[in-house]
Amino acid sequence: MAETWIILGASSSMARALVRRLAARGDGVILAGRELADLERDAADARVRGAAVAETIRFDARDPACLAPILARAEACEGTVSAAVFVGSMPPQAEIDADPGLIGGVVTDSFTGPARVLQGLAPIIEARGAGTVIGVGSVAGDRGRIGNYVYGAAKAAFATYLSGLRNRLGRAGGHVLTVKPGFTDTAMTWGIEGMFLVASPDKVADDILSALEKQRNVIYTPVFWMGIMGIIRLIPERVFKKLSV
Amino acid sequence: MQWKTADYAGWGRALRAHGRIARPERVSALTEALAEGGPAIGNCRSYGDSPLNDGGAAIRMTRMDRLLAFDPETGVIEVEAGASIGALLKLLAPRGWMPAVMPGTGLATVGGCIANDVHGKNHHGAGSFGQHVLAVTLMTAAGPREVSPASDPDLFRATMGGLGQTGAILSARLQLRTIPGQRMKVLETAMPDFDSFIAALDASKAEFAVGWIDATAKRKRLGRGILEEATLVEGTRPGPERKRKPVPFDAPNALLSRPVVKIFNRWYGSGVPDGGRKRTRALDDFFFPLDALSDWNRLYGKRGFHQFQCVLPADRAAALKEILSTIARGGIASPLAVLKRMGPGRAGHLSFPMEGYTLAVDMPARARVPTLYARLEDQVLAAGGRIYLAKDALARPESMAAMYPELEAWRAEAAKADPEARLATDLVRRLHLRSL
Ligand SMILES: Cc1cc2nc3c(=O)[nH]c(=O)nc-3n(C[C@H](O)[C@H](O)[C@H](O)COP(=O)(O)OP(=O)(O)OC[C@H]3O[C@@H](n4cnc5c(N)ncnc54)[C@H](O)[C@@H]3O)c2cc1C
Repeated sequence: MAETWIILGASSSMARALVRRLAARGDGVILAGRELADLERDAADARVRGAAVAETIRFDARDPACLAPILARAEACEGTVSAAVFVGSMPPQAEIDADPGLIGGVVTDSFTGPARVLQGLAPIIEARGAGTVIGVGSVAGDRGRIGNYVYGAAKAAFATYLSGLRNRLGRAGGHVLTVKPGFTDTAMTWGIEGMFLVASPDKVADDILSALEKQRNVIYTPVFWMGIMGIIRLIPERVFKKLSV
Repeated sequence: MQWKTADYAGWGRALRAHGRIARPERVSALTEALAEGGPAIGNCRSYGDSPLNDGGAAIRMTRMDRLLAFDPETGVIEVEAGASIGALLKLLAPRGWMPAVMPGTGLATVGGCIANDVHGKNHHGAGSFGQHVLAVTLMTAAGPREVSPASDPDLFRATMGGLGQTGAILSARLQLRTIPGQRMKVLETAMPDFDSFIAALDASKAEFAVGWIDATAKRKRLGRGILEEATLVEGTRPGPERKRKPVPFDAPNALLSRPVVKIFNRWYGSGVPDGGRKRTRALDDFFFPLDALSDWNRLYGKRGFHQFQCVLPADRAAALKEILSTIARGGIASPLAVLKRMGPGRAGHLSFPMEGYTLAVDMPARARVPTLYARLEDQVLAAGGRIYLAKDALARPESMAAMYPELEAWRAEAAKADPEARLATDLVRRLHLRSL
C-alpha cells in the first residue's frame, strides 16, 4: 500500500538524508518547511530518486496558520500517512541567558509547533489503522546541561509527548519512533567547537530506517550514545551540578 | 550563515590553509556565503593548493548535492555542483546510465570535475569532463545564471577547467552515457618495459585503458608494469558493497606507502601471465580503485606528499621516457605511477589534456622534491607538454604561458566575471594566473 510521509523541517540535512532513502523505496514525500523555493529542489531530488510523489508545503513552527493546509493535504493522501519531525532550534545558551524572551521560540520550534501538527495527524493515523511518526529529539533532552538547557528542556518535553503519542497510536495500529541523535554533522552544528564522535546525517538516516523495520520505540544514534547517556544520567545530581559536561 | 575557522589542505596535505569555511545546504545560505567572497571548493580532492584560500574565506559545496532533473530517455541530468561522481554512478548505473567521464576517485564533486575539466580512463575516446557538460548555472549577485556553449561560448569555455575563477557553479546539466550493465571485463597484461608499454597503449582498442607503472624500476626494466584494458559488459549485480578500510592515523615515516606497494603488488606480484589475465570487476572497483582505502593520503604521514602529473605530445614518448628515468633515479617516488594515453579532447582554455601520454607519480614531501620537480618541469617544458594544475603544488609561474597557450584569453574572461579577483585561490596567486 502506498505510504506518504509528511516531513516537517524537510530541508535539514538529517531530513534530506532520510527523504532520499524513502524516495529510493518509492514512498511519497510532502516536504514541509519555510523556504519553499529551496524545498522545490529537495522535491526534485526526491522525484529523481524514485519518490512516488514529492511535493512541498509551507511549515513554520511559529505560525499556527500553517496547520490547516498541512492537515488537509494529509487527509487527501491515499493510503498510509506517516510523519517525520526534524524541526528544532538551538540558539547559544548565552543569548538566551541575556534575553529570556527567546525561550518561547525555542520551545515552539522544538516542541509545541511540531506537536500541534502531530496532534492533528493522530486522528488520521487512527482512522486508517496505520502510520508511523518519527520524532527526532536529542540526547540533550536526557539531562539538563549548563550549555543548552533550554533547548534540552524543549527536546525533553517533545520526547515525553512522543511517548504519550506512542501509547495512543499503538492502540490503533500506528507506531511512534523516538530518535535521539548524538552530535551530528549538520548546519546547526557546523562551526561549534568541542564536538566529538560526530556522526554523518547519512548514518543517522540509516539507523532510523533500520529502527523502522524493527518497529523500535526509542533509539540512540549512533548507538553508543545510549551508553554515554546512561552514564550521564547515573551521575548523582549533587556531582552533576558541578560538572561542565 | 555559519562560518567555521579551520585548517584544511588539499589531498596531498603538504600545502595547507587556515581560514573561514562555510558549508551551505540551501541556495539562500550559499548566496549569503558568497557575499563574503572566497571561492567555491569541492571535496578537496585536488592534491595541491587549488582548493585553498589561506587567510580568506572558502565555500564548501559538498552539501549542495541535489539532483534537479533526470530524463531517462535522453540521459540528461541536472545536478547541484556538490554531488559526488561516485554518488551519481551509484544512483545511475542500475538505470543504465553513467557519467561519460570520471576521474580516478568517486569523491570528486561535479563542480570540482568541471573546474579542473577532469579526464578519465576513456579520455582517448570520450574526451574530457567538460565536453559532456551541456550547461552550468553560475551564482551571480543577481541570482543564478545559466551559461551554455550557445548562450555564452567564451564564459563557458573559461569555466570548463577554469579553477572556479568565473564564479561558483551552483549546478550543471550533464549528458550521460548508456551502459549495458554494471560490470566491467578487465584484461590485465604485464608490460616488461616502457617501449612495450607505449606500443601497447597505441595499439589498444579498448574503451578504457590505464597503465600502472613500477616507478622504482630502472634501466632495462624502466617503465615495466601492468596495462589494464576494460569494456563495459552486461550484468545486473553491482558486486558486493565495498567496505572502505579507513586509515586511522598518520603513518609514521617507516611505514610510508607500504599499503600502496601492496595495492601495486595486487596487480604485479600476483603474476599476470604472459597471455594476460581476464577478470570481471564492479564499476567502482575499476574506476575508483584507490577509494577502497579511505583517507589513504594519511599513509604519507604528517608532512604529506605531492603528485607530479604531466602530459606530453604524442610524438614525444622518448621525452616521457627520460622523465620517467629522472623520477626513477630521483629515488623518492611512490612505487606506483599511472601512465595513460590521451586523445585531443579538452573543453576549456586551461584544460589539461592534449593528444599524447600522461604520467602521474606521487612523491612524499621531502626536502629534495622541489629540486627534482623543477628538473621535471624543465623536461616537460622542453617537450612541449604541460603540468596538471589539479595536482600541482610546486610549479613556477614562468612556466604557465608556455604550458597553457590560451592563458591570456582565459585571464580576460576571468577578469570580466570576477573583476576584483575575490575568487582567487592560493594556486591562482602562486602561479600568477590572474595577473602578470
Ligand atoms: C585518488 C585520486 C584520483 C584522481 N584521479 C584523477 C583522474 O583520473 N583524472 C583527473 O582529471 N583528475 C583526477 N584526480 C583529481 C581530481 O579529479 C580533481 O582534483 C577534482 O577537481 C577534485 O574535485 P573536488 O570536488 O575535490 O574539487 P576541489 O579539489 O575541492 O577543488 C578543485 C577546484 O575546483 C573548484 N571548484 C570546486 N567546486 C566548485 C564549484 N561548485 N564552483 C566553482 N568552482 C569549484 C575549486 O575552486 C578548485 O579550484 C584524482 C584525485 C584523487 C585524489
